Amino acid sequence: MTIEEYLYYIILPVLAISVLLVFYRVLVGPSIIDRVVALDLLITIGITIIAIYSIVYDQSTFLDIAMILGLIAFLSTIAFSYYLGKRVRAKKILEKKEQQNE
Amino acid sequence: MSNIFIVILSTAGALFILLAAIGFVRMPDAYLRISVTTKAVTLGVGLILISAAIYFEDLSITSRVLAIILFIILTAPVGAHLIGRASYLMKVSMWKKTTLDELEGKYNELTHELRSDDIKKDKEEENKKE
Repeated sequence: MTIEEYLYYIILPVLAISVLLVFYRVLVGPSIIDRVVALDLLITIGITIIAIYSIVYDQSTFLDIAMILGLIAFLSTIAFSYYLGKRVRAKKILEKKEQQNE
Repeated sequence: MSNIFIVILSTAGALFILLAAIGFVRMPDAYLRISVTTKAVTLGVGLILISAAIYFEDLSITSRVLAIILFIILTAPVGAHLIGRASYLMKVSMWKKTTLDELEGKYNELTHELRSDDIKKDKEEENKKE
């Protein structure tokens, strides 16, 4: 068994199972926070799958895409948490204004 | 010789990622899920990327891999902290066996400022003075 076969037939299925488990949480996740974290996790596991593919097909340029995906995952998490916090704050301020009007 | 290292590192990395995914499904509330995934997945990604660096044995690829690992190690805790703060502000429910919530009453709900003393007590004291 060569190293490429080992990675292709053993490591990639393990990663695929973990992607399916995380995707279950995207579908079920009780709050929006779980879905945001799950999407972040999916991208991070995607980086490892790209790294494994770059070994199997001997193409080192795939790692550039992995780097860019890492940047995008961070930005999306930051943006989601920033706007979720803003939404909660805006709701509270609206409630307080309504109370003052009453 | 390098093949043995690649097999060991990639197997350990894949196992860590699988454990993180199982923990992500099994953990009872959002905060525990965030804490589980951030640590385990960072380690797993780092190990598998190092195995890619060993496979190619090229300085440019090794530096690229180190850049990715450094970036993930820098950004994962920051992202986890921010998403955890957002979930606390949204009042996402905690696990029913949680015994201690040290942040309770310490966030100002209108400005989202964090104080080390209890804001509700301060307001009660101000009301008494008035």
